[in-house]
Amino acid sequence: MKKVFGRTKGLTERAFHYCPGCTHGIIHRILAEALEELDLIENAIGVAPVGCAGFCEVYFSCDMIGAAHGRAIAVGTGAKRARPENTVFTYQGDGDAGAIGLAETISAAARGENITSIFVNNSIYGMTGGQMAPTTLPGQKTSTSPFGRDPEVAGHPIDLPLLLSHVEGSAYIASVSVDTPKNVLAAKKALKKGFQTQMEGKGFSFISILSTCPTNWGMSPAKAIKWLQDNMQTHFTMGELKVKE
Amino acid sequence: MTKMLMKGNEAIAEAAIRSGCKLFFGYPITPSTEIPEYMSKKLKEVGGTFLQAESEVAAINMVYGASATGVRVMTASSSPGYSLKQEGLSYLAAVELPAVIVDIMRAGPGLGGLGPTQADYFQITKGGGHGDYHPIVLAPATVQEMVDLTMEAFDLADEYRTPVVIAADGILGQMMEPVEFPKGSSKDLPHKDWAATGAKGREKVNVSNYCLTNEIGERNCLHLQKKHEYIKPRVQRWKSYKTEDAEFIIVAFGTSGRISETAVDLARKEGIKLGLIRPITLWPFPEKAFEGILDQVKGFMSVELSTGQMIEDVRLVVNGKVPVKFFGKQGGMTPAPEEIVTSFKAQFGLE
Repeated sequence: MKKVFGRTKGLTERAFHYCPGCTHGIIHRILAEALEELDLIENAIGVAPVGCAGFCEVYFSCDMIGAAHGRAIAVGTGAKRARPENTVFTYQGDGDAGAIGLAETISAAARGENITSIFVNNSIYGMTGGQMAPTTLPGQKTSTSPFGRDPEVAGHPIDLPLLLSHVEGSAYIASVSVDTPKNVLAAKKALKKGFQTQMEGKGFSFISILSTCPTNWGMSPAKAIKWLQDNMQTHFTMGELKVKE
Repeated sequence: MTKMLMKGNEAIAEAAIRSGCKLFFGYPITPSTEIPEYMSKKLKEVGGTFLQAESEVAAINMVYGASATGVRVMTASSSPGYSLKQEGLSYLAAVELPAVIVDIMRAGPGLGGLGPTQADYFQITKGGGHGDYHPIVLAPATVQEMVDLTMEAFDLADEYRTPVVIAADGILGQMMEPVEFPKGSSKDLPHKDWAATGAKGREKVNVSNYCLTNEIGERNCLHLQKKHEYIKPRVQRWKSYKTEDAEFIIVAFGTSGRISETAVDLARKEGIKLGLIRPITLWPFPEKAFEGILDQVKGFMSVELSTGQMIEDVRLVVNGKVPVKFFGKQGGMTPAPEEIVTSFKAQFGLE
């Protein structure tokens, strides 16, 4: 029998710990496929965050470094400056790269730091149990915005890829989603472009991926996808926001 | 060997480069700024990389990332900046990454002032960040020692896979003295097979310590604890001055140690048998320096540029056998040797 599809070599054999319906699993797979297709598994150094994806270090087949909350891009900077011949990526959530590590994110973009940052935005703090994130939408209920996020009090969500696309030094900024097979393919393409941007030495690449959190949103996986489409895709700027030639 | 006249901060930077330090990440802060300035000029010449970070926090995490790939890396700061770096220090210690961190101390708490102080003793030697850990802490008292200890710091960091802190104050950082640069060590150090360099031809590595299993957490903590116990007897450094026949002993490190040496001479002129123990490692605290003299001594006095921090470690060693007194200057002030002698005599009733 001819094998037409298999598990990518970019992932280890370890079973994911993610909740049912969480899209981290899809994002892990396409990221790992991108590493394999670009022949980066033996070259890449990944930086794991704090949060739900904190254990991604055991899932990716490449060398990984575990970072403190918000510091993955600084850690990635250190690794890349030490070993420019390696492809360095960070995998971070919205709180990590958009709140506690916002200075690191913007500064790396401004430096044109030649690394690739993957930003998984599910508009909530998943690991700690569903608190407000820098990307929580106005009116969205979380455990620390129980009456819905009130921009008058809690401020507005940050459109991080849009912000970064205006920073001189950023080379490839894309905002994608993994809600449909077509969008999954587009997201994978964006990841590959991000890595290629780095391999060509063009500077900072940042791929924002809208993601669901059925557990903390209190929705079924199918309803969560619908909520993402109706609320997040309409709020955040989507598409390739910057492509440096 | 030719002698060069150098500022303490620049001597540390030059010593680091001669020790094979390839990367420096830092954020300017008085009175340690000459270190990043020197590195920004000189690292390039040896094929290294200097990067001015957006914050102290980012700088120490860049150090963490670089060290995780197995290269020699350093950062430097001064007290308020060192406080910010504590997050990274804890992570470096947890993952057992070698790195050299320089703290040219200035007065606190808060923004404080720029004057010399040793009031970071607690936050440097007791871990400071979260969790159970100790970096090795080296305290020079001269610019030459800043050179020697910086070179040793890189070896100790690699040998024991641990962050090593050079703790000096603004006087030492800013002072110029003639120095010599010894040849870099050729110590046989362990191969860094744990480093993240790309998983080519070997199993992948994870440089991390995240675990949500309490049993694994306990195992990790006990492993670090065991390492601390291994380091303790092996790394203790100190200088004893006129302690052989001493009836009283001052314990003082760094700048206050240097001033106390003159105080010992002054007291001796008055016929008082005073001696000095100058700890060079603040962690591990040089307990061995006290071996064999506890029975001959009538009392100790800890002299510090703080309200009394190292005195707690002195008391632990002396263990109540004889009185332990304290004399200190705070907030950027330094004592004259005469003041130390006067306080010593008053506290031990020798007037």
